[in-house]
Amino acid sequence: MSSVLVVMELQGGGKWHRMSWEALACGVELGKQLGLPVEAAIVGNGLADLAAEAATKNIARVYKVEHTLLETYTADAFTSAVEQLVKQTSPAIVLFPHTYQVRDFAPKVATRFGRVLVSDVVSVRVASGAITYVRQLFQGKMSADFHVTGSGPSFASIQAGAFRADSLTDGSATVVDFAPVLEPSAIRVKVEAPFRESSRAVDLTAAEIIVSVGRGIKEKDNIHIVEELARVMGGELAASRPICDAGWLPMERQVGSSGQTVSPKVYMAIGISGAIQHLVGMKGSKAIVAINKDENAPIFEVADYGIIGDLFEVIPALVAEVKKAKGI
Amino acid sequence: MKIIVAIKQVPTRDSQLRVDGAGKWIQEADLTFEINEPDAYALEEALQLKEKHGGEVIALCLGPGRAAQTIREALAKGADRAIHIEEEHLTGLDTLSIASLLSAAVKTENPDLILTGLQSDDFGYGQTGVVMAEILGIPHATIIMQVESIDGSIRVKRELEDGWFQYMTIPAPALLTIQSGINKLRYATLMGIKKAKTKEIKHLTKSDFAAAPAAASTLDKVYMPQRTKQAVIFQGDPKVTAAQLVEKLKFEVRVI
Repeated sequence: MSSVLVVMELQGGGKWHRMSWEALACGVELGKQLGLPVEAAIVGNGLADLAAEAATKNIARVYKVEHTLLETYTADAFTSAVEQLVKQTSPAIVLFPHTYQVRDFAPKVATRFGRVLVSDVVSVRVASGAITYVRQLFQGKMSADFHVTGSGPSFASIQAGAFRADSLTDGSATVVDFAPVLEPSAIRVKVEAPFRESSRAVDLTAAEIIVSVGRGIKEKDNIHIVEELARVMGGELAASRPICDAGWLPMERQVGSSGQTVSPKVYMAIGISGAIQHLVGMKGSKAIVAINKDENAPIFEVADYGIIGDLFEVIPALVAEVKKAKGI
Repeated sequence: MKIIVAIKQVPTRDSQLRVDGAGKWIQEADLTFEINEPDAYALEEALQLKEKHGGEVIALCLGPGRAAQTIREALAKGADRAIHIEEEHLTGLDTLSIASLLSAAVKTENPDLILTGLQSDDFGYGQTGVVMAEILGIPHATIIMQVESIDGSIRVKRELEDGWFQYMTIPAPALLTIQSGINKLRYATLMGIKKAKTKEIKHLTKSDFAAAPAAASTLDKVYMPQRTKQAVIFQGDPKVTAAQLVEKLKFEVRVI
């Protein structure tokens, strides 16, 4: 039976990954435009409550894919379970949220069907039954349209924020049990419990003003220029990933998908081009200021205010103006 | 330990990109190119593992003739030899075709470990490594921040979301996708650059392999992103633009 199947993701502790609902919203949108029923799948163990919750949405079915070997995520077990579900239910389209976990196993699933996962999709369009998937290239500097060719299910993963979870409406779906056949010997890796590095000394999530620095600062010795702005603004200093990778600022000051997710009153992005991995960590900010010399930098797409210019000229001028305005 | 590290050449980070005449790719003529950043970290990790445990590092690159420059740099940094699968038009290949070609080149080498960067800066699919592992029938681990080698199996630290990590043990042969920042990149030495000139680069093309699978996805069109949100933009004299921004911060955002 042809359908849109959305494979939802759980975090530890039996909680939803919030991007699951956004992927489901994308599935519902596609189902509407293509005239296909929408189904959700949850993969794990002991999923009764979560399946019941998903079944309150306006979709046709919720597959509860359960096995003791799915209790802890491994690429081998999840790939096999989803492969078996797709084989049995023959969906036309299989969607995933574009999470780290999905990046780890969904390409394997697609490969088993001789297909390609169109990953990191930011929007979809349907015209006369054909789907166009829109992806970003070059860290968000370019967009590109893709379509899936050949026969068989198509696979895509949906970027955070591309669809609105609150567009989902209420309904009552049927919960269907699906028991995949899994062998312990087929799981080749041994995983240990997830952990966090020593407790964070800096809690950026509580900051009202964040001044964040990126690659545009060029070298470690220049960081103080932005630090000074953070100081006069009365805000916390933060950074994009490359700055922390280089050891110029500690990892605990990193904003983005692998760092902290923040939503201050104002987020000032200095010399940050705005790769999607950074944007997902800060685009919920009340106001975003971007200062960058490249007028095509993707950061300007989410910014409310921007200065196009050389940060080495703009920041000292800005420090002076802030001091003047504050009378310090 | 025999390590293959898959590297890609991409436009330099600060490139000003323009769409080409056909609207299918970017104008490459006036761009400069460099190694894809996560791949540079993968190469460095391979070199450090070799220094610790002995063995051989082979750089594997699928790309046009210009990628020879990136391959030479990998050799200058310390890779022992290289395999260059020459292909002028990467945009005509999807991830399955690309991973199939890379896997075919890997197969004859029987490495203990394959490293790739976690994603490319140009296409950004973030899946070539995972698909290669599936084609080769070996286990993989993604977004690796640390590699500890233990006899026969490898213990790695994997990055999860929101500042979480996880250790896992994976039997060799295995494929790891490497996260930027896992190590400190080295520069090529003068001696290294000299030595690189005598190192072997094996040249292959698509026709050296069995036919790759038919394309399962197609790139139709490349374009500048459409802005959905219109930012208030200031440009010009730094003093003037700084004063304009401060006024907004004071009266609209109300943080000053």
